[in-house]
Formats: sequence, C-alpha cells, structure tokens
Amino acid sequence: MKITKDEVIHVARLSRLHIDERATEKFAGQIGTILEYVDKLNQVDTEGVTPTSHAIFLTNAFREDEEKEHLERDMALANAPEKEDGSFVVPKII
Amino acid sequence: MKLYELTIQSAHTLLKQKEISSQELTRAVLDRIHAVEKDVNAYITVADDLAMAQAELADKTISEGNISQLTGIPLAIKDLMCTKGLRTTCASKILENFVPPYNATVVEKLRNKGAVIVGKTNMDEFAMGSSNEHSGMKMTHNPWDLTRIPGGSSGGSAAAVAADMCIGSLGSDTGGSVRQPASHCSVVGMKPTYGRVSRFGLVAFASSLDQIGPLTKDVTDCAILMNAISGYDSRDSTSVPEDVPDYTASLTDGLEGVTIGIPKEYYAVGGLDPDVSGSVKNAIGKIEDMGAKCVDISLPHTEYAVAAYYVIAPSEASSNLARYDGVRYGFRDKDRSDLMEMYRNTRSEGFGPEVQRRIIIGTYCLSAGYYDAYYGKASQVRTLIMEDFKKAFENCDAILSPVTPSPAFPVGENIDDPLTMYLSDIFTLSANLAGIPGISVPCGFSSKGLPIGLQIMGRHFNEEMLLKIAYNFEQATDFHKKKPVLQ
Repeated sequence: MKITKDEVIHVARLSRLHIDERATEKFAGQIGTILEYVDKLNQVDTEGVTPTSHAIFLTNAFREDEEKEHLERDMALANAPEKEDGSFVVPKII
Repeated sequence: MKLYELTIQSAHTLLKQKEISSQELTRAVLDRIHAVEKDVNAYITVADDLAMAQAELADKTISEGNISQLTGIPLAIKDLMCTKGLRTTCASKILENFVPPYNATVVEKLRNKGAVIVGKTNMDEFAMGSSNEHSGMKMTHNPWDLTRIPGGSSGGSAAAVAADMCIGSLGSDTGGSVRQPASHCSVVGMKPTYGRVSRFGLVAFASSLDQIGPLTKDVTDCAILMNAISGYDSRDSTSVPEDVPDYTASLTDGLEGVTIGIPKEYYAVGGLDPDVSGSVKNAIGKIEDMGAKCVDISLPHTEYAVAAYYVIAPSEASSNLARYDGVRYGFRDKDRSDLMEMYRNTRSEGFGPEVQRRIIIGTYCLSAGYYDAYYGKASQVRTLIMEDFKKAFENCDAILSPVTPSPAFPVGENIDDPLTMYLSDIFTLSANLAGIPGISVPCGFSSKGLPIGLQIMGRHFNEEMLLKIAYNFEQATDFHKKKPVLQ
C-alpha cells in the first residue's frame, strides 16, 4: 500500500516526531515500498488463526504487592535534563 | 600466543594456575583495543580505569582461592545493556549522556562471577539495523575487510571478539542481531530461547522478540557464558522459570542418533550467494559424516516471515520508544515554550533516520483503521510460522541453514534501500518470531576471504542440542581458529 505525504505527516504527529519537507518525501517513498512488500501477508489464509503476541506460553506473573528496594530520589533525578527542588521540570501544560 | 588472543576457557586455566593475573590480561586487552580501535571502531565507551579496578579485585579474589570460570575475564557489553555508573547510549543521540543507576541482570550476573567489563560496544541505534551503519555514534568496520560492514545490530560486539579486543561479549538478538554479525565476523553467536535470559536492564526494542546472547571465539566459551547469564529473574515477567542445565555438559563428541532437518524453502531463496550455499552444504556433509541423519523438512510460511517481522517489530518499537520524551532522562530540546513542541523537537533531533522510519511504520500499523490489516494479520502469520517449526521438530532435532544470504556487503551499499537490508534477515528472524534458539558458527570463507556462518536452530529450551552440534562441527574444522589480519 502506498502512503501519501499527508499520511506521513499525520503519523509523524501521532508519533511525536517533526519531519521536514524533504524527509517527508523520502520517508513516504521508502515506507510505501515497505508497506507494499508487507501486503504480501494478504496472500496467506489466516481465517480462524489465533494471533500470537508472545512465542512462549506464560500466564500472568503475579507477585505480592510489597515495598522493595527502589531508587532514591536523587538517583532517579540524576539523568534528568532539567530538574528543580527534587522534581522534573517540564514546559507549562495548563 | 598473545594474551588478548585467549579464549575464556584458556584464560581461565592460566588464571587458575596463577600463570597470569587478571590485571595483565585486562591490560593486554585494553592495549589491543587502543592499538586497533582506529581501524575497527568497535567501542562507544572503553572503561580503562573501571576495568583495571575490577581486574585488581578479581586478582584479590583469585589469591583468596575463589575463582569462577569468569573471574578476571575481560568482556565487552553491547551498549544497550545497562551498566551502573557506566554510560549506556544505545548508539543514540537521545541517550548520549545516559548513565544508568542500575545494572542489567546479565551484567550483574557477570560481575557477581568476577568478570571484568572493558567497555560498551557499538551497534545500530536501538538495535535497529543489520550493518551498524545506523549507529548514531560511529561506524564499526569488519575486521576481515575494513571496507565492509561487520553486520548488525551487535556489530561492535562481534567485531570486538573477532579482532581480539575482548575475550568474549554480549549482544542482543531481535531478528538476527547476534547471529548475523557473528556470521560476518567469523565468531560464535547464540540467540537463546525467548525467556531463557532475563531482559531486565536491556533497553527494549521489540519486547516479544528481544533476547540477549553471547558472542565468543568458540563454542565452549558460548556454553560458559550461557551458564552465566541464563535463568529466571523475577524482575522480567517474561523470563521463564525453567531449570538451567550446565551447558558445558552438552559439549560431547559424536552426533549418532541426531536428526538434522534441511528446510527446502531456505535453499530456494533468491539471491543466495553460491559461496554461502557451497559452504553450508559442505558443513551439512561434515555433520552427516559425524553420524547425524539428515532429512528434508518444510517451513512453508518462510516467505512471509520478513513481512510479518517488519510489521510486528516496528509496532512494538513504536510503543517502547514512546518513553523517550525528554523529561526524565536523555536528550531534551532547548525550546520549552510548549509541551508538544518539546516532545516533537526532542524526538526528531534525538532519533536517527532508521529509528524514525520504524517508529512511523509501527505507529501506522497500530493506528485506528489499520491495526487489523497489519498488526493483527502479522500476528496471525506469526502463529503459522510457529506451527511450521513445531511440525518440523516432530521429525528432526535441529535445523541447519545459512545465517545470511551473502557475506558482509560494502559500507554504504544498502543504506538508502531499507527493504533490501530487511530482506537479508530472511534466515534469522523466524527464530525470533517463533521464540526458538539459534546459533551461528563459522563454516567457511568466500572467494574474497569473507567469513560465512552456519545457523543451527532447535526446539524451545534445547540450546544443548545446538551447542552439541556446533561443538562437534567446530572440532572437525578450523575456521574458528583463523584470525583477521589487522595492522
């Protein structure tokens, strides 16, 4: 399936990416080629086939909800690009 | 023999006999790195001081009479496994200055056994690529021919082992990222069964496919590292609570009673290089000579594996990589006027083109209106691929195939043609989709002197069979003893 430049711009926005005009064109071409290739999946009859999301059968891994060792605040903040008074700084939201 | 040329096993013997110290060995490896790094470019970070301090500690442990098979052995870690206090970049600008506050479980296991971490190896950004050309940091070169790619995404780990810039290393394999570079660099590389090795602290690319595995100079070393890293971990809810055998116990002579499956579809793949098919056929002949029985098998959905993979892997990646938002860690764009703009600028400047391409493909495949047609369909085809293997393993114990359709290609050849690059993963990515283990062992060289690997795949949690076959093949050949000439 071909993908249009407008669709690339729309999906880039959903992905929280900024893509300039030239890259949009290039991506639309490359991604279109990949999606056209992927269309060959439609040749496979999958009527009634259960989808697989994990290759190994596992049930939910339950555990007791108890406090364990955790990162101290200053360690958790150590890699923050911007921090203040023990918190992450973000642009104004409201 | 130079100290840096030692294997894990041979270095361990010398350390145990106190003929060498870990500090001498580690120094030799670090000197080797500094001598050839300008040609190979295998490392993002070389941890000289940290490594020497760990070596000193290892020597002290050894002098106290405590030695494990990994005590004092210098190893390299792919730069997407977290190392506490040591920068972990995933070869991405977005994590350029990230210093993890904790160790990945595999790193902790290696350190608990006294291994020395010499550095963090280069890779395709976030493990997305088959050539290392998509690293946001540097381009690793193939030690066998510096004009060619080392393979990817664990290209730095494979090149470092091949060029004796470490004694062994860890990589990760989402669609062939351990086996393919191992094949291109003439080293041994294993992707264990999904769930065999904890993914805690492994930066996620595609969570249902990712698995950590060793890259080593021979099969014995592979078994030693598998012993060290395998096992259930409560911090990874997908790790499997199965007993871990002693993998070195499967390194025994003789292949009588072993049945090998030869999948006809793999040998009908277009573009299969005659040197590769020739070497693999010879290898199969050798394995038959050692007592194994060969049978033809069929994996009928092989031709759909690349398509299914390149929907599922980018879909999972688009979700996993949503966490890079410039807030808690990593790069952040300076503009802080508006939250949305901050996210978008941060991610566009921080991620390289291949990562952005895959995020867009994944987001598209998961978006409203397309989910069933792409992700849903690919997940159903994945089931059929798994069933193919299940049926095949009713009639054989292991499957033999090439690792890649051709030997390492020249740098730059496929860089603007992502689909061609993706198609070269045809032999490896089915194992990730099915969750089964696979190993690449050196099985020859092309007419141009480029390494060729043999892939052995097996049933879930039957790494022992792969190691047994690989070990017997290695004993009968000397491809693994050949070294690239550097300097």
